[in-house]
Amino acid sequence: MSRPKYDAFVDITDVVCPITFVKTKVALEELGKGQSLQIRLNDGEPIQNIPRSLKNEKHKVVEVVQNDDGTYLIGVVKGGLE
Amino acid sequence: MDESVYKELKKGGFMRQIQNNKFSLRIRIVGGQLQSEQTRKVSEIADRYGHGYIHMTSRQGIEIPFIDFNDVDAVKKELAEVGLQPGACGPRVRTVTACQGSAICGSGLIETSGLAKELDAKYFGRDLPHKFKIGITGCRNNCLKAEENDLGIKGGLFPEWHGENCTYCGVCAAACPEKAIRVGRGPDSLAFDEAKCVYCGKCVKSCPADAWSGKSGYITTFGGTFGNDMAFGKPMLPLITEKKKLFRVVDAAITFFAEHGKPGERFRRTIERVGEDKLKEKLEEANR
Repeated sequence: MSRPKYDAFVDITDVVCPITFVKTKVALEELGKGQSLQIRLNDGEPIQNIPRSLKNEKHKVVEVVQNDDGTYLIGVVKGGLE
Repeated sequence: MDESVYKELKKGGFMRQIQNNKFSLRIRIVGGQLQSEQTRKVSEIADRYGHGYIHMTSRQGIEIPFIDFNDVDAVKKELAEVGLQPGACGPRVRTVTACQGSAICGSGLIETSGLAKELDAKYFGRDLPHKFKIGITGCRNNCLKAEENDLGIKGGLFPEWHGENCTYCGVCAAACPEKAIRVGRGPDSLAFDEAKCVYCGKCVKSCPADAWSGKSGYITTFGGTFGNDMAFGKPMLPLITEKKKLFRVVDAAITFFAEHGKPGERFRRTIERVGEDKLKEKLEEANR
């Protein structure tokens, strides 16, 4: 399986809600519409809420990969739902 | 003071204090909400008749301590000016508590404040063998601790998957706390094990592609108590998806307690003594 290339990467496993989404938003602000971001996040509350928050702000989640260490990598396209 | 007078006052929300002739006045508050003019009036009463402070109760209520017996009627009259009245103590249906639910909270799966008002209008203060608490919480996060109550109501969501919208991204499988969803890569690779589903709605809420929708409903629990005895309310019915059925179920539970409960016996004890199957039968009948 080939993984799509992402324009940027942010790790939010070192922060907790609500900073998780703040950090994600800041990373997205650096990008133009249609560019993609890969986010590394923790299991539990972040994986339940971050994709939903991204959808609410019209970004498209395109991929979710579960890592062996219990974290996830999700790929998102800025403004992909607009 | 005459014990009968005290009982009457207690029924009407006046709790006798250890200080002679002083009462802590409990106010009837539904679902934890007060209008701003009501809070101003409560504040005024606390200044004028009490000691200038209020006490927040454990069940979303307010008590104004140090109301003198001689001021009871005057205080009741002032409360009535802003549509407030004393709460309930003793063996009867108490304040219906509620979180803010889907009207405010992103996690909420059911409307709670209006439901609390409807149940309060119907049952508040009804005499029963013992106290009877009803609590409503919007989702399985359970901020309002539904199972502590004699009758707990919790928002749930029965999920439905729409394959045509699915991108097979796997977020729902990651979000599901019960591992009821498995997603592979590519079309038709999603499997949902309905038997494992706890109606938490996390798949629907987390889905970035609108591939999950759901029918919201009520998870009910019966016989919770958290005082001298401690026990969680037990679920006895599947998710109730119609409000009118919920009302019939609530009615069946309260009627069961009124008919079978002994004075001074909490609902939990009545259920244990008379038999869980007997109650379940009545509840299932009401839910038909």
